[in-house]
Amino acid sequence: MSMDPEKNFMRKIEAEEKIEPKDWMPDAYRKNLIRQIQQHAHSEVIGMQPEGNWITRAPSLRRKAVLLSKVQDEAGHGLYLYSSAETLGISRAEMIEALQTGAAKYASIFNYPTQTWGDIGAIGWLVDGAAIVNQVSLQRTSYGPYARGMIRICKEESFHQRQGYELMIALAHGSAEQKKMAQDSLNRFYWPALMMFGPHDSESAHSAKSMEWKIKRETNDDLRQKFIDQTVPQIEYLGLEHPDKELKWNEERGHYDHGDLDWDEFYNVINGNGHCNRQRIEHHVKAHEEGAWVRDAITAYNEKKSAKKSRHAA
Amino acid sequence: MMSATDLKQATLEYALRLGDDSVVLGHRISEWVSNGPFLEEDIALGNVALDYIGRARMFYGYAAELAGDGRTEDDFAYMRDAREYKNLLINELPKGDFAYTQVRQLLVDAFNTGFLAELVKSKDATLAAIAAKASKETRYHLRRSREWVLRLGDGTEESHQRAQTAVDALWGYTFEMFELDELEQQLVDAGIAVDTTRLKAQWEVEIKAILSEATLEIPAGDWAVRGGRVGYHTENLGHLLTDMQSVYRAYPGCQW
Amino acid sequence: MKPENLELFEVFIRSKRGLDHKHVGSLHAEDHEQALEYARDVYTRRSEGVSIWVVKSDDICASQEDDAESFYDPSDDKPYRHATYYKLPDPVNNM
Repeated sequence: MSMDPEKNFMRKIEAEEKIEPKDWMPDAYRKNLIRQIQQHAHSEVIGMQPEGNWITRAPSLRRKAVLLSKVQDEAGHGLYLYSSAETLGISRAEMIEALQTGAAKYASIFNYPTQTWGDIGAIGWLVDGAAIVNQVSLQRTSYGPYARGMIRICKEESFHQRQGYELMIALAHGSAEQKKMAQDSLNRFYWPALMMFGPHDSESAHSAKSMEWKIKRETNDDLRQKFIDQTVPQIEYLGLEHPDKELKWNEERGHYDHGDLDWDEFYNVINGNGHCNRQRIEHHVKAHEEGAWVRDAITAYNEKKSAKKSRHAA
Repeated sequence: MMSATDLKQATLEYALRLGDDSVVLGHRISEWVSNGPFLEEDIALGNVALDYIGRARMFYGYAAELAGDGRTEDDFAYMRDAREYKNLLINELPKGDFAYTQVRQLLVDAFNTGFLAELVKSKDATLAAIAAKASKETRYHLRRSREWVLRLGDGTEESHQRAQTAVDALWGYTFEMFELDELEQQLVDAGIAVDTTRLKAQWEVEIKAILSEATLEIPAGDWAVRGGRVGYHTENLGHLLTDMQSVYRAYPGCQW
Repeated sequence: MKPENLELFEVFIRSKRGLDHKHVGSLHAEDHEQALEYARDVYTRRSEGVSIWVVKSDDICASQEDDAESFYDPSDDKPYRHATYYKLPDPVNNM
């Protein structure tokens, strides 16, 4: 006999079986997933802007090609994620509308401006680095299409962090001015990168349920700690100063203790007061609106074509 | 007959011209990133831009090899001024709207298809090899731009209008694609460069067929702007280079 | 107009000759031809494929989870369809 659908759902979650699109799932699970995947997709898409800002100015042709392909990857990743979310019964158009009206969020990190070429290195290294820590964990998420999207994204994204760090090496081991540029970018992006893991677990609105449903596999604070630990030797190798003056190895925990994050600043940016919040959305709206006549044209062309075809067939 | 040294110098100049065409157009297409009409097209345009940047690196890399004086591909891209750039003017015009971009691509892609098919036969093995690689890319570019021009030309009234405006604006820049100066003529005689004057008839047949299927018209009259190959540019190139070269020039002698 | 006027397509890629096509994701396009091109641009940026299929998502008919019992359970009790069911003596077991 059929099991009660809710019990069957929880059985699958506990047995580490994936939930697939046509499966029964609790409404709240679906909503929670749509919120998270959508936010993730929007982050990829909005994330194209701060880096896209430097494509035309990349200081070597090799860097230009690398940056262009990286930003293009972000578009691809946005697309993979929109496509996973669409399996849950929301259309891309609805998601785009939610982004543009502010109903859906994107990672706040992209509201920080890219002021120098060094920021491109810092973003690849730290921002993509933080994203990868999170995404590696999400490869085990309970929803099948999301997990598969993550596997694909992680595979492609490993080059993103490496190119960013390689760029930082060139700066940090370059001229005095370049080194200064690298330090400045590290200083500005280090803390916002840590905030990408979200608020402390105790204050995270969606954390508990997401953990129970195995949408999230590790807590915000655990992932953040992992990132802090892995970044220390990387900063050392660059010969740059660590932005966290309170950073200290804790033998007992086997982790670095770190200074407090400035959550007021974090919420200030989340709430719209970052340098680029408005600009990012305006840019997206503008591109979308300017594309409207193109999308209209292909629909019209397609209709004419099928009309021709059916006349032909008749 | 040219001396071996002159021939080498002329080939270097020729490689630079082709590199300039590629980097400038690649730059323009890259401006579409995050500005496309939908995500799929954003990604597709990124691929086209990447093809052009890759091509520029190959041509400049070869120029650097011929120069043999320690200059690199980046020195050619970043340290020359507008007057030293020898790209065809059509490549430097601003990206315009989506119709303008696709119509320009069609005109250039159709030209490149014929051009590269000839360059593959160059007596210069490096140029021939670059052309062989670029030729495959260009066939795909042409397939895309052709379809887009058909869609836009025969889509809505607005898209038709925009596409026609683009054809009218760009047509005058196509003439110089099929003209040779003395340097290229000498290289043609040496079996190295492509005789572009012989590509025009075929190009016109193709373009006319596509534009007519797209319900677009070729402007009458002989309005034509020339000068790219001698470094006589529109005002657009200076701004493009200022943008592109800003970091490289602000920190002279640095490695990136 | 809304971008949903573009149709949703599912993309399948053969990564290597000799392997099956595998579902990799979906995308929006005007028609099959454009879908094929976008699939090339979106899903094979790192030479992931030698062949691409695109199928309109609407054209896919999928089995439902509720069907699972009637679809798949009946084969659960037919172990004799698996090679491992047959115990052969060691000298000839490499069959």
